[in-house]
Amino acid sequence: MPSEDLAATHVLEFPGGYTRTTGPVIGRFLTELRDRRLVGVRTAGGRVLVPPLEYDPDTGEPVTDEYVEVGPAGTVESWAWVSSPRPGHPLDRPFAWALIRLDGADTALVHAVDAGDPKAVQPGMRVRPRWRAETSGHITDIACFQPEVTRIVAPVRAEYRVTPGKALTRFLEGVRDGVFLGGRCPRCVKVYVPYRISCPSCGTLIDEEVQVADTGTITTFAINNLPDPRAPQVPFVSAYILLDGADTPMIALVGDVPAQEVRQGMRVRAVWAPPEERTLSMDNVRWFAPTGEPDADPSELEGGA
Amino acid sequence: MGNRCAVIGVGQTRYQTKRRDVSIAGLVREAALRALEDAGLTFADIDAVVIGKAPDLFEGVMMPEAYLADALGAAGKPMMRVHTAGSVGGSTALVGASLVQGGVHGRVLVVAFEKQSESNATWALSTHLPFSASLVVGAGGYFAPHIREYMRRSGAPDHIGTLVAVKDRQNALRNPYAHLRIPGISREMVEATPMLWEPIRYLETCPSSDGACAIVLAAEDKVTGTPAWVHGTAMRSEPIFRAGRDTVSPQAGKDCAADVYRQAGIADPRRDIDVAEVYVPFSWYEPMWLENLGFAAEGEGWKLTEAGCTALDGDIPWNASGGVLSSNPIGASGLIRFAEAALQVRGMAGEHQVDGARLALGHAYGGGAQFFAMWIVGSRKP
Repeated sequence: MPSEDLAATHVLEFPGGYTRTTGPVIGRFLTELRDRRLVGVRTAGGRVLVPPLEYDPDTGEPVTDEYVEVGPAGTVESWAWVSSPRPGHPLDRPFAWALIRLDGADTALVHAVDAGDPKAVQPGMRVRPRWRAETSGHITDIACFQPEVTRIVAPVRAEYRVTPGKALTRFLEGVRDGVFLGGRCPRCVKVYVPYRISCPSCGTLIDEEVQVADTGTITTFAINNLPDPRAPQVPFVSAYILLDGADTPMIALVGDVPAQEVRQGMRVRAVWAPPEERTLSMDNVRWFAPTGEPDADPSELEGGA
Repeated sequence: MGNRCAVIGVGQTRYQTKRRDVSIAGLVREAALRALEDAGLTFADIDAVVIGKAPDLFEGVMMPEAYLADALGAAGKPMMRVHTAGSVGGSTALVGASLVQGGVHGRVLVVAFEKQSESNATWALSTHLPFSASLVVGAGGYFAPHIREYMRRSGAPDHIGTLVAVKDRQNALRNPYAHLRIPGISREMVEATPMLWEPIRYLETCPSSDGACAIVLAAEDKVTGTPAWVHGTAMRSEPIFRAGRDTVSPQAGKDCAADVYRQAGIADPRRDIDVAEVYVPFSWYEPMWLENLGFAAEGEGWKLTEAGCTALDGDIPWNASGGVLSSNPIGASGLIRFAEAALQVRGMAGEHQVDGARLALGHAYGGGAQFFAMWIVGSRKP
């Protein structure tokens, strides 16, 4: 019988943690950091290294003793997204490790950017440090960097009390009773649906109410592939329907037929909600459905699209 | 028509999806400063400012013109706002021109803008009031049925819309300000995109852009630099719910064109006009407006498109700049058409210059194709 593989956890951790003697250059950087200031060191060649190094990586010479305040803002040069942070990471939510060149520096330092979404990070992005409440002279005195404020959300909300007015109320009463009401302009002799009390063409007062049929002809239409709360699904057909007896088309949903089978000239009839469900609303008309009659010739439709 | 008026400066921002680097004020100022620089002037040389944009619901800033006065150097000067939906950029230029033609002001700065990225235009155009039953979803949902009716009436083959979509984007590749710059744009590429509002495909529709455009208008004695002279201006509107209204070729568009042609002495637009910048937000509107504007007989517009007449090397180039199909900061889109017409007759259109352009049409429409604005500009004095 094979024996089980033997395994055990072994922790190698120097009690209390290793110390790191900083030396004068890194020590100055961390001391300034504890005071919430960011400094770099100037090389003999004039470059500002952030974080500072003791020896110029270009020449191997010691850096000068000139410290230059940089930042606190900086620019992201490059980044990698961490979608699953590990226990030792500076943030417990997804973040970017980024190379950040602080303003006034010639080199970039690596730090975390709390950007929320990888799409929000890009080279050139401007960031600023978010300091910890308590600082101790450690690079983690900066909890992370965060984007500069470039955009705010400004909620605007206007609430209106809308009344349909006399003409539309009359039309909706008709729709509640299962009929479409129009108004005939005495001058143009055109029937407007929905019912209205003035002619949009000549301005004449309309006082003749006309009941038109709940059947009509599709003059033209769109097949909408963008979802809309008023349509049950996509694609949906929004059509101009010239009701029999009307001179202006109304826009309505077409149903009970596949979108690709809808045609200009197609004859349709309103599909009404059951009487007990009706209100003073266009919701009483669910949609228009084909009647099965032969198509009308769309070129002969008065009122057109 | 009043006193002579000329465009002496044009300024545009680069049009793009999101201008996150500037506020609305910064955006309009960028265009205004470029127009002033083109004219060799400063804000101190301007007598009045006219500003246009689409409805306030687009950015949710109520009366933005009030806050933009400082950015446009308008403090202590007359400033006014123009509203005519999508045609507003054109109408704004015409209001500015009328102030010069009427002798009220010597130099007028005209600015139009939109920062679409601050909200969503389809939302702003589809705010459904209670009690109404409109099923229109955005501008595309409104215009698609009228395009379908045009296709039926004219018998135009299905690919005409695709041809315009390709042609205008090819032109856009020559315009450094254009938003949609699609290398290798082709019919296959357009046809492969989905129908949004059938018969309108994704690439047959305009983009959503941030951007601003500005022009400086001057009276004859105030002209600096290279002028584009205004030869005619016209605006028309019509009721959207009129019985018998022809939504494919609206009467207001025909009347507006007839008026502006009469002022400019144009008998045959296709022959007399060298280049046109026409508001074509959906590709099929090119053949539709070719007919509405009298460049072709009814039912024949698509044949000009198909034969390449409206291409940059055709006999009547339309939208050499790439047009609204390539850049659409809505409120500015009309003014861009007017400004591009001026650039053409000034010989300053760069890589999309039409050789020898002397007379150009700028056109804009808006609402449910019920507002129209047009001007004719020329290289010689009227």
